[in-house]
Order: sequence, then C-alpha cells, then structure tokens
Amino acid sequence: MKIEGNELIINGVVATIDRDNIDTDQIIPTEYLKSIKKFGFEDYLFDGWRYLDEGKLGISKNDREQNPDFILNQAPYDKATILLTRDNFGCGSSREHAVWALRDFGIKIVIASSFGDIFYNNCFKNGVLPIKLDKNKIEDLFQKMSDSSADLSVSLDSKKIFQNENELYSFGVEESLLERIIYGLDDVDMTLKHKDKILAFEHTRMKNTPWIFSND
Amino acid sequence: MPKTLYDKLWEEHHITTLDSSESLLYIDRQYLHEVTSPQAFEGLSKKGLSPWRLNANIATPDHNVPTERGDSFKTENIEDEISKIQVTELDKNCNKFGIKQFDITSINQGIVHVIGPELGYTLPGMTIVCGDSHTSTHGAFGCLAMGIGTSEVEHVLATQTLKVSKLKNMRVKFNGEPQEGVTSKDIVLFLIRRIGTAGGNGHAIEFAGSYIESISMEARMTICNMSIEAGAKVGLIAPDGTTFNYVKDHSQLSEEEFEDAMSHWTSLVSDNDASFDKEIEIDVSLIKPQVTWGTSPEMVVDFDQEIPNLDFVDGENKRNFELAKKYMGIEENQKVTDLKFDRVFIGSCTNSRIEDLRDAAKVVDGKKVSEDIIEAIVVPGSGLVKEQAESEGLNKIFEKAGFVWRDPGCSMCLGMNPDQLKPYERCASTSNRNFEGRQGNLGRTHLMSPLMAALTAVNGRVVDPS
Repeated sequence: MKIEGNELIINGVVATIDRDNIDTDQIIPTEYLKSIKKFGFEDYLFDGWRYLDEGKLGISKNDREQNPDFILNQAPYDKATILLTRDNFGCGSSREHAVWALRDFGIKIVIASSFGDIFYNNCFKNGVLPIKLDKNKIEDLFQKMSDSSADLSVSLDSKKIFQNENELYSFGVEESLLERIIYGLDDVDMTLKHKDKILAFEHTRMKNTPWIFSND
Repeated sequence: MPKTLYDKLWEEHHITTLDSSESLLYIDRQYLHEVTSPQAFEGLSKKGLSPWRLNANIATPDHNVPTERGDSFKTENIEDEISKIQVTELDKNCNKFGIKQFDITSINQGIVHVIGPELGYTLPGMTIVCGDSHTSTHGAFGCLAMGIGTSEVEHVLATQTLKVSKLKNMRVKFNGEPQEGVTSKDIVLFLIRRIGTAGGNGHAIEFAGSYIESISMEARMTICNMSIEAGAKVGLIAPDGTTFNYVKDHSQLSEEEFEDAMSHWTSLVSDNDASFDKEIEIDVSLIKPQVTWGTSPEMVVDFDQEIPNLDFVDGENKRNFELAKKYMGIEENQKVTDLKFDRVFIGSCTNSRIEDLRDAAKVVDGKKVSEDIIEAIVVPGSGLVKEQAESEGLNKIFEKAGFVWRDPGCSMCLGMNPDQLKPYERCASTSNRNFEGRQGNLGRTHLMSPLMAALTAVNGRVVDPS
C-alpha cells in the first residue's frame, strides 16, 4: 500500500489463473495445515499446480521441482501482488491458511466474479482485499491482461481499478471491511468495546434459555 | 412480519448492529479441533485473554489422528512428527485453558461433527461455530451453525460473539419418496449438480418438504453437511418430532429442562407466509443414485449416465470440464460404470454415522471385496459409533468381506493422516469433496453414498443398486 497524491494505492503485477471454482485445497493442500504457525506459507501456495513433485511441510521451494508452465513460476508473475481469476474463488473449506498463503506470497488483491463466503470473510482479517466484478468485466480484464502490460493499480479510496492511469472499473466493498485492511484493525479489540452489551445479552439468555448453559 | 427459521435464529442471537452491515451475534457453542485452533489459542494468549465462557467450548482431535490405533493409544504414539505436534498442541491448550476435550484416548473422541450431536452438545436453536466448513451439519437440528476461519475462532474464544453479515434466505423443498437404493447423499449431490457449487453463496439454505420430514437425523445431517458444497455456509432444517426424540436420547438435559426447552424449540419454524429470496422444489422420486465424475462436487451424473461429452458442453464449463476430465483420467464417451476402482473409503463427517454403516453393511453381507480393490476401509465417525456398530456385528460383516475396520477420525476424506490415495488411484468415497489432490496428491475421488461405495468395493466398479 502506498499513497499517491491523496490516494491509497495498491499496484503491481497481475497473475491470472483462468479457472472457475478454485477451492481452498488448491490454494493450499491439507499437508500444510499441520503447521501451528500463522506465517510462512508462501512456498506452499497453489502447491499442486506450482510443483511437479509432492511436497511436505518444511521443504522450501528451492528444494522442489517447479512446474515451469505455472504462472507464479514465471517472471514477472513470481512477484505478482494481484491475482485475477474467475468464479467462486476460495470455495470449499474454512481454512484461513489459504489466505495466509496468498498473503505470505505477496498477493494483496484477488479479483474474481465471486468468492466462497468463508474465504471472503477470512481475507479481511489478513489484509487481503477480495474484489468482486461482473463476469463480463472479468472477461474484459483477462483480455487486457493477456496484452503487453500486466500491471494494475487499485485505489482503496475511490474504489477504482486503473491500467496505465486509465480508469477501468469501480468496485463495491463494505466500508468497514475495507477500513480493517487499511488500518490493520483487530476484531477482538473492537468487539471488546461492546463488552457490557455482550454481558447483558448473555445474562438475559441464561435466564430465558437456561438449557443452553446446562453444562456450564 | 413473517419470518424464516434463519431470521428467527438471527434475531434470537443478535446483540447489536455494528457501524456497518455487520452485527454481533452471540455464540452458544464452539467446537474445536487440532487443525484450526493452535493459532487462535496463540492469539488469545498474546492478548492476555482467556475464553469468555469456558464451557461453551468442546474439543476433540479428528483431522490428524491415525485410524489404526488399537487399544491404549496415546498422542505420543502418533508416528508423523508434525501431526503429533498439532494434536499435542490441542492437548496442551485444552489443559492450559481448562477446555473440555475428548482426547485421543477417550471413547467419546471422533469427528467433531459426529460427536457434538451424539453427546448432546448440539441442541436446537443454538448458534454453533467451528473452524471447519462442515459445521453446517449441525443445522440439521435447527441450529444456526457455520464454519469460520481461525481469526474468528480466536474471536469467539475471546468474546463469545461473531461479527457477521446477515445472509439471504433460500429454501429447498424435497418432496416425494426416493427410489430403492437412493439415500440422502444422492439427494444432496443431485441438488449441488442442479444449483452448482456457487448456487448457495451468500444464502442460508433451509431444507424442507415431505422427504426431509420423513428422514432420520443422520440423513438430515448428511444433507446439511453438504450445504457448504452448494456454496451455503449455513444449512437448516426445522426441528420436529424426529429431532426432539434424538435430542431426548442424546442430551444430558433433565426432564424439566427438556420440557422447558421444548416450548421454545417448537417455535423454531419458518412462518407460513415467510418469504425466501430463492426457492427450489425437487421431486426426489425422480433421482437415481448420484456419483461425481470430476473435481468439483457439482460434476455429478446418474450412476448409469455417460460423463458429459466435451462436444456438447458450452464455453465456460468446457474449460472446467476439460481440466477435470484430464485430471480424473476419463476418456470421451465413458460412463462412471466403465471405470475401474482401486480403493474405497466409507467414513467422514458426511457419512460415518451408524445408519451409514448399516446401509453399507447390508449390501456387503456375505460378499467379498473385489480383487481389483487394493484396500477398502470403513472409518466410523466416533468411538460411540464404533462401539454401536460392533455391538450390532457390523464390523464382523465388513471384516469377513475383506474391508479394514478402523478407529474414528476424518481419515481419507482429506488425508491429513496416513490414510491417503497414491497418485492416479481411483477411489469410491463417501466423503464430501472431490477436489484435486484432496485425498492424496493426484488421487482421483468419486463421491457417492455409503451404499454405492460398498457396492463398488464388492464389484470393483460402480453398479446398479437395484
């Protein structure tokens, strides 16, 4: 993220993966879910497509056989900060590791025509911005990205996407979710500001539906 | 204004509207397992917090646990060092914070979505979360239940609440009587085939209709379990007599508490004139046994149908189908019944309950696993399911036929433990996801019902159940 003029901008190389329904098992396979850490997943992003051999947690990408045909193994896409894909990206499991892998690789924005619900939520907890665009705009972007320039700029203030300073599209995103990314806000801290309301609610619930609390 | 069941559950748990589209919902129950909790506990510790309401949480290890354990197996006996660390971490965290855990030595250990209901921790009208997308399973009891990410697991531990946006309402009515050999797994696969894996995105799906009313809690759980495969993180069924009988048998509630609760639970139905954003009606009598052929749970055919020919598939799907066919090693004009299978897996949070094992045992009784099958495993969903099955002699039926009878866990549904497919092996699986590599690197998964998987084990191929 950087400030250009008065605007908060994310820009960089766009990697494209032309597939619908990319599930979280493709984004990061189960093997790597054995980690008990929250960081260090960059080498395992799209593991099944990115490598020709089978990986294990702890083995780095330099000790793997990379698939030269996969876009993230090709310059300049190996430094991509934006991922462009199709429909229902991140469907499947709730594993937040999928977002951690994208984030650790350096992906800051994912553009797709739709997202899996749980994945979409998880993005905002980790500073990754999911942008939804209509299918025809996605198709148009794929066309544009196949031409010479593979760079885009995204303004978080005006919620617009630019290519070479030309405005392409605006996008919609919930303001409070976007703020979480911009300011790196922590949900637990924010929620605990409502501590009294939670306590009062819980007190009433214990009275009205005591069976819920019967094993307390 | 008339309300849907989802609306009612939402309102009942609504604490406050936040300064956006999001609200704060009170969470009655959180289930924890070893894979998505360590980072949440770490976050909690770093903030110097402890769980808001300790007894709202129930933990068990399921994803990583080996399923060949035998007696007196302990966490330290896990061979895979990395898996062992993760299970040990759950043991440590539960001890540290005082969370109730059914650990690897407990008869009550099992897949979190199997043990919750059977131990009576899932009660109608609850909000239930777990760091696992198949938490939708508990919606079968009229719960607002959904899978969440690890940051949210931490949030629920710390605050007993979840920040969520309200979903839209969708209702799927299943009416009619199913054909012989057709189970709830076939019904839900048919739905996913029809609406696609994104069909339920942004919606809570309420399942209703005469078919739903007629089926057991086990069958209802299978349907709600797979609502996430149709894109809906919430699946729901209004509680009824079947639900109350199950809860009476499984919960620890006193007679008085139960009666008290009943007066509330009976109100958990969608009002007659409640409106839904989307409605679908399906006649289940027309549905044949369903089998997936590809790498997405929407790539489904009738068991005796040809797999879609690429010449007759339109633009967008063509690319997806082409990739899926290549991955699955399927040639043009092949049927699922033409494929030769290598392994069979009966288990997972979708189909590892007692009724599933009975269904499978019925068609296996007196038969032998085909010589073409390298291994056929049955993995009961919990220690209690295992015990029940053994008391009915089901394990003997399976073992006599050449199946391997295992200890409870998630097992080959996702292959985090040693139960994995080898590259290019083809598996008849009762689990929920046929994604690339899901059951092992380059493995090929065909989802189907326990009955169909058992028949595939015996015949080496998918066959007509009738």
